[in-house]
Formats: sequence, C-alpha cells, structure tokens
Amino acid sequence: MTDQSPTPPAIGCSNAPVLKERGQHEVFCGLTGIIWLHRKMQDAFFLVVGSRTCAHLLQSAAGVMIFAEPRFGTAILEEGDLAGLADAQDELEREVDRLLARRSDIRQLFLVGSCPSEVIKLDLSRAAERLSARHAPKVRVLNYSGSGIETTFTEGEDACLAAMVPALPATDDRQLMMVGALPDVAEDQALDLLARIGINNVAVLPARHADAQVGVGPNTSFALTQPFLGGTHSALERRGARHVPAPFPFGEEGTTAWLRAVARDFGIDQSRVDAVIDAPRARARKAVAKAAETLSGKKLFFFPDSQMEIPLARFLTRECGMQAVEVGTPYIHKALVTPDMELLAQGPIIAEGQDVEKQLDRCRAARPDLTVCGLGLANPLEAEGMTTKWAIELVFTPVHFYEQAGDLAGLFSRPLHRRDRLKLEAAE
Amino acid sequence: MKLSVWTYEGPPHVGALRVATAMTGLHYVLHAPQGDTYADLLFTMIERRDHRPPVTYTTFQARDLGADTANLFRTACEAAYDRFQPQAMIVGASCTAELIQDDPGGMAETMGMPIPIIPLELPSYQRKENFGADETFFQLVRRLAAPMARTDTITANLIGPTALGFRHRDDIPEVTALLEGMGITVNVCAPYGASPADLTRLGAAHFNVLMYPETGEAACRWMERELGQPFTTTVPIGVGATRDFVAEVARITGLEARLDESRLRLPWYSASVDSTYLTGKRVFIFGDGTHVAAAARIARDEMGFEVVGLGCYNREMARKIRALGKEFGVDALISDDHLDVEAAIAEAAPELILGTQMERHTGKRLGIPCAVISAPMHVQDFPARYSPQMGLEGANVIFDTWVHPLVMGLEEHLLTMFREDFEFHDDAGPSHHGGAHVPRPAAAADPAAAEEGGPAPRPSAAPRDISGQKTDAGDVIWLSEAERELRKIPFFVRGKAKRNTEAFAHERGLGEISVDTLYEAKAHYAR
Repeated sequence: MTDQSPTPPAIGCSNAPVLKERGQHEVFCGLTGIIWLHRKMQDAFFLVVGSRTCAHLLQSAAGVMIFAEPRFGTAILEEGDLAGLADAQDELEREVDRLLARRSDIRQLFLVGSCPSEVIKLDLSRAAERLSARHAPKVRVLNYSGSGIETTFTEGEDACLAAMVPALPATDDRQLMMVGALPDVAEDQALDLLARIGINNVAVLPARHADAQVGVGPNTSFALTQPFLGGTHSALERRGARHVPAPFPFGEEGTTAWLRAVARDFGIDQSRVDAVIDAPRARARKAVAKAAETLSGKKLFFFPDSQMEIPLARFLTRECGMQAVEVGTPYIHKALVTPDMELLAQGPIIAEGQDVEKQLDRCRAARPDLTVCGLGLANPLEAEGMTTKWAIELVFTPVHFYEQAGDLAGLFSRPLHRRDRLKLEAAE
Repeated sequence: MKLSVWTYEGPPHVGALRVATAMTGLHYVLHAPQGDTYADLLFTMIERRDHRPPVTYTTFQARDLGADTANLFRTACEAAYDRFQPQAMIVGASCTAELIQDDPGGMAETMGMPIPIIPLELPSYQRKENFGADETFFQLVRRLAAPMARTDTITANLIGPTALGFRHRDDIPEVTALLEGMGITVNVCAPYGASPADLTRLGAAHFNVLMYPETGEAACRWMERELGQPFTTTVPIGVGATRDFVAEVARITGLEARLDESRLRLPWYSASVDSTYLTGKRVFIFGDGTHVAAAARIARDEMGFEVVGLGCYNREMARKIRALGKEFGVDALISDDHLDVEAAIAEAAPELILGTQMERHTGKRLGIPCAVISAPMHVQDFPARYSPQMGLEGANVIFDTWVHPLVMGLEEHLLTMFREDFEFHDDAGPSHHGGAHVPRPAAAADPAAAEEGGPAPRPSAAPRDISGQKTDAGDVIWLSEAERELRKIPFFVRGKAKRNTEAFAHERGLGEISVDTLYEAKAHYAR
C-alpha cells in the first residue's frame, strides 16, 4: 500500500511564537480527572480532601454517574479542621478507616489534594505514608494534588500517574509501557495492534487492577497516548525508562506515526508494521472522509481545556481539511507535543494559558465556523450564533487509534451538521 | 471532616452566583482559584442560560500565592468594571480565598469605584448555598433599598426567586397573576430579572411577597424593619395554600380576597372516582423545607395520601419541618446525607417518593416511583413548557406530576387479580413508562419448570445497596411456598409486606415464615 498521508508542512509550528496569557481561566481543576480515572482503575478509591466546593464540582462534572456507587468522595473540611492541623491528620485517618471498613474491595486509595488542603498545607504525603503502613499490605495509599492552583483539568491524571510511578516495582524486562488512561475498547485495540506487529510485552499505566504487575526499569520504553502527561514523563525517566517521542494517536496519520515510532524503537521491520496496519488505516481514512466533507475548509478555534488541542488541531487540519485560527491550550509540554507541532502547519495563533475575555474578543472577531470550548462558554457562544463543540466530550469518549478516527471526526462535524439541519428561524 | 459523595447544596458562593446570575446590571468578582469556574456550567447547561453568568474569577494559581493574589484581585475588579460597566458589584471570596485572607471587601472599598461595591462575607466552611443566596440578596437590599413614598396604587415586591431555582421562572408569572386578580401590581421582582437600580425602588411597594423563604427571608425581615413593609408568610403552593395566600394578601392590603378558580382542575381531578385508588397511598417527602411543607399539605389534604415520612436538607428550616413532622405524626428527618435519607425511605417503604434529583435515583434503586418537588434538580427539571408549582396552574401541574409515576388505578387492580398472568405481571412495570416489555420468567409461570431449572434470572439486577442498612429480621428464613406467595403480592406493596412479615415473625421468635405466617402477619397489621 502506498503511503497516502499528506506531506508534512514546510514549516511546522514547533518554533512558532507562543502567545502566553494570564487572566481568568475558564477551565476545570485537576480533580475532574477522578471522574474517568476511577472507572479505569477498578479497585481504586479517590478521596479528595477539600471543601464543599470540591464535592460540588465533582458532582456537577460527574453528572448522573455519581449515583452508580462511585469510588470517589470528598472529605469535606470543616471549621474545626482549619483551626488545629494536628487534629486534621487524626480526622482524616478516622474517615479513611471508616471508608475502608465499608468498602472492603478497595486496594488503592488516593488522597487527592485540593486548593484548601494545599493552602493550609495539610501534609497529605505524610498521611498517605501513615495510612499505608496501617492498612498494608491490603491497601496501598498514595497521594497527589488535583488542586486548581496547581493543575488544570487533565493534569489531574498526570499528577495521579506520576504519583504511582515511584511505587512501581523495578524490572529489567525489555518492555513497552503504554501510558495514559484509555477507554477499555481503545486500549484493547492498541494492545492487539502492538501484539500483531510483534510487541507482546506491554505494560499499561494505569492498569485496570492493582495486582496487575506493572514494573519499570532501564529496558522499558514508554509511549504516551495522551499529551498531558508531562509529570509522568519525567517520573518515568527518573526510573530509567526511555520515552518514544511520537505524534499522539489521533486519526489515521497520528495512529500510524505512533505505531511506527514504537516499532522503530523495538527494531521491528517497517514492512511487518505495514502488513498489520494497511487494512485498519484504509478503514480509518474512509470513516474520516465522511466527516471531512462537512469539515473541509471550515475555520476552527480552540479554547484551552485539556492539552489535547494541539494534536487534535493537527488531526483536524491535516486529515479533515480544516483551517485552524487559534489553538489555545492550558500548557505546552514541548518535549511531548513537538512531533505534533512539526506536523501542524504554521498559521494559527498558538496560545498558552488564558485570559478568557480577551480570547473571547479574538474568537468573535475571527468568526470561526467551529469553536471548541468548555460548557461554561458553549451555550453563550451558540446564542451569539457561533457553532461550538464542547471539549470535555473529547476526554470522555473513545477517540484514540484507527477504529475511533471516524468517531473523532464525527464529534466535530456533528454540531455543524446540526446547524444545517435546524430550520428554527423559518417563522413565516 | 465529613466524607461526602453527594451534596444537596453547593458552597455559599454558588448561592451568591445564583443571585448575581438572576439579576441584570450586577457583576460579581469572586476571588477564587482556577477551576472554580465550573460553577458557570450549572447556569449555562442545567438552566440553559444563553449568557455567561456575570462573574469574574480571579483564578489565582499556586505561583501567585503570597502578596500577588491581592493585586490580582484588584486588577480583576478594574477589568470587570471597565468591560461590563455594571450598576453595582458584589465582591467576595470562595473557600480557598477565604483561607488566604486577602479581604476582597476591604480592598474593593478602597478602589474608589464610581458604583456601589457590596462586600460579601460567606463562611464557606460553615454555611451552604441557600445561605449564600439569602445573605447576598440581603446585603444587596440593605445597601441599595431605602425608605420612599409608596406607590399610589397598591403594589407588591416578589422576593426570593433566583437563577437555578426550582421552577422559579414560572412561579413568577403565576404569583403575578394571583396579585393582579386582586388589583395589585408588581413593583419589583427580585433578584430574578431585577437590576441594582430596581432594588433602589423596593421601598415603593406596599408589601412584600416572600416567595421562597430560603433565599429571601433575611431581606424581607430587613425591609419589614427598615422600610415598614409587611411580608407574606404563606407560600402559595397547593390549592389550600393558594387560597390562604390570597386571604393573607387581603388581610395585609385591606382588599377583597379574589381568586379566579375557573382554570383550577386539581380539586375535581382529585375528587373524581378515577382517583379513589390514590387514597392512603404511602408517600415520603424530602427536599428543601419550603417545598416539603407545601407538598405535605397537598399530599394529605388534596390528594388523600398518607405521609409516612418527611424531612429537609437545609438546617435553616429544621425547626419548621420538625414541627410539621409532629403535626403529621412522623419523625422529621433533618439531614444533608443522602444515605440517611435512603435509609429512612427504605425503612418507611413508601409507594411514592416526592423529593429531589437524589431521591429520584434512590427511588430507582429501591424500585419506588418518584416525582421531583425541590432543588437540586437536573436539566430535565428546567422544562421548556410552562410548569409552575405556585398558584392554581401550579396545582394542576402538581397533580399531573405526582400521579404520573404511579401505576394507574385499573392497572393496579388487574395486577392484583391476575398476578399469575403471563403477560400482565409486575416485572413488566407500569405500562406508561419506558423500557421494553419483560416477559414473565418461564420458571414463575410454570411451577414444574421451576423445580427443574430453578428460577429464571431477573431481567436486571438493582444496583448494590450502599446504605449499610440491613434489616435486623434478615435471619428469618422464608419457606419456599411462602416466598412464592410473597411474589404474588403486587410489587408496589411487596416490600412493605415482606418487612411486616419478617418483623411479625421476629417478634414471635419464629425462625421460619410459612404461608400461614404471611397471612397472619397480614391480618395482624390490617387491624
């Protein structure tokens, strides 16, 4: 099969100037990551130590999921906890004891720091150590921060995975570690493709269960499936593992490049890879082509949300023919997104951070055909006559690898399609 | 510390947001970390508002902690004023900013803005959303309202409706119509739809209608004291309450009590023979104090239900709801822990739950029908159609809403008569609800098959009970005959029958339950 990927742009965005902004951020904090992480790690409980605001955030973001017996909760700080910090440690231990007594199926407990707990400097790492000792070996207690003052949305997952890395057992096995919480269906597809190109020894972080033996060591190569894993990347390198830089596996081109990079690292012959991926590549292209009919030539504007914006802009411009006006992202990990930035043609404003009012001004002036933004902005922008795609869905929906490429494009074409369909103004 | 997976109320600054979002020409500068902007989506998604809430968040980050956060607050205030040109601003801190002690109120006052700046003190670690709304509106009124000459004709202010309120949007026209029926016009409705300039005109009204005590009582008390305006204490939810409300307004104004009941249908619907089967239906009521009190009266006096449990989550209404519980002969449950509520519902084994979004899910878990009567609620309870709770149309809406989840009368009788019917059995559920028809398990239809293959699997397993409540009579063994007999009892009373029988057996020290025990217990409890 001939390689039909579009040629890389003459000048990519990797050296483009970045517009760095400070001001009001219209984003979630890292606590939100709990909502998908707790589904992925089936024997883990996430205990936020925070305020009523944190609990309210989780229930607002989790929507109806909260009622299916969630494995997360908030230890809500009360007036008394703020006065004496020594007591706070005891209080926390008491709450954890009660929780673990009620939920005997819990094997990993994450104490998740929040803005209030960070500001009063409640030492959750010490609490985690003490609780770990107390409940060992049945339950392992770790801690990380999902506070808004430190983390934005998906960075919560990064902080969680990075906290797990030092505790992983050491191994000298030659293995691939695939890093990033993926929907089970996408994860299984990836493992199957990797097995068929000859990579069988694959560890997945995070694993679905605590007893899955995920080790790490100098013979581990790791590939990231999500662009927001900067902290985990550093933690793994500190354990001697080697990063395989690659574009992220969104769309046909991204998936192909990602698989090829991994295969190269394992010294696997290109022709063997091609034999495996030819058929799914063709399927992915066909599926994307349908949505691309709607998307082609349309102007695209990204508000910052998940750090997935750069790889997604790369997919939407190169495989769906869209034209990016602005690609806003909360944070740019150069070491991670450079391969994507090299593929993204220069032109759009690359913005890091946010001043939401100014960004809205730019968005209104640019009149994009499709604006990717959070739920706090989507309806107000729709009411102004703009078409929006709410960004959070991109984190909650299977969008990685070949079989989801069509669905991924479909997420962006659907709002445009809907706008065409609705004839709401035909009054007379 | 208290472990919580779900809360009935948000933090108090969300209450302040509800007031700010309900109003026009007001801007809220909230000293808060990145991430607290999540609250915006409550308004843009759940209430489907087409504008962003008028809030500027300072969104400080870890690197700003120290002296810089105060500066951040100042620039955010200035930027918000320049951009939005509001008539007034409210300023305050969220829970995290409360800890770093920047004193937003003090800072804002020294900035020399040409508009009123109203500082809010909302203790995040003690109080909750409703307090936040009540206090914010009270501070706004205290600052902006002043004594003034009354209007020539008799006018009233509508006090208490906010953004994210349960049916507040439609209660406003309903109450407006009640007043207009008596020749009273509305002076200002606030906070919903009012501007700060409107609040300065509050004093011109002859009296206040306190629509929702949770969010308007402090302001009404202040206006009574400082502006000499009496306020109504009856919330017109239900037919009786609406009539009482009209009478109360007549007393306050000296006008004749007039109420046009030509479009009121609840009393006839409830009196019609089709509703006879509603008599004595066991109902459990939970929500905010105001809606619970109103619902209890409607349930007993206008629907003919038996109230078997009631309670509220907002402590501010605890005293009132406890007294109401006494009146109804039940122990009122004052709790903001939904697991306590679930346990109380399981214990009372009602046939209908009237509650919040959470009780809807509890009802689903326990297999008990539910209707929503109070916040918090999800997007489906901000309906497109007109659906007030107050006034006479509100009563019509309530009748429909409450009856809908119940199995219909004839259907209920048929379920009892033909409980072994292969098509029309209780696993199929009410005919007018979603879900595919579930054929009766073959095992139950054919006892011989049951002996061989055992009972067929149930169509779907209920979610696991996490309430931690176990019936203490659980050690009593049901003989298989008795268990089969129990399954013949219609599902909506089966739980009650099972519990009663077990308690009956337990009291008599019986280790086993036979068919006879089942019917002895039935006779015992029938009295």
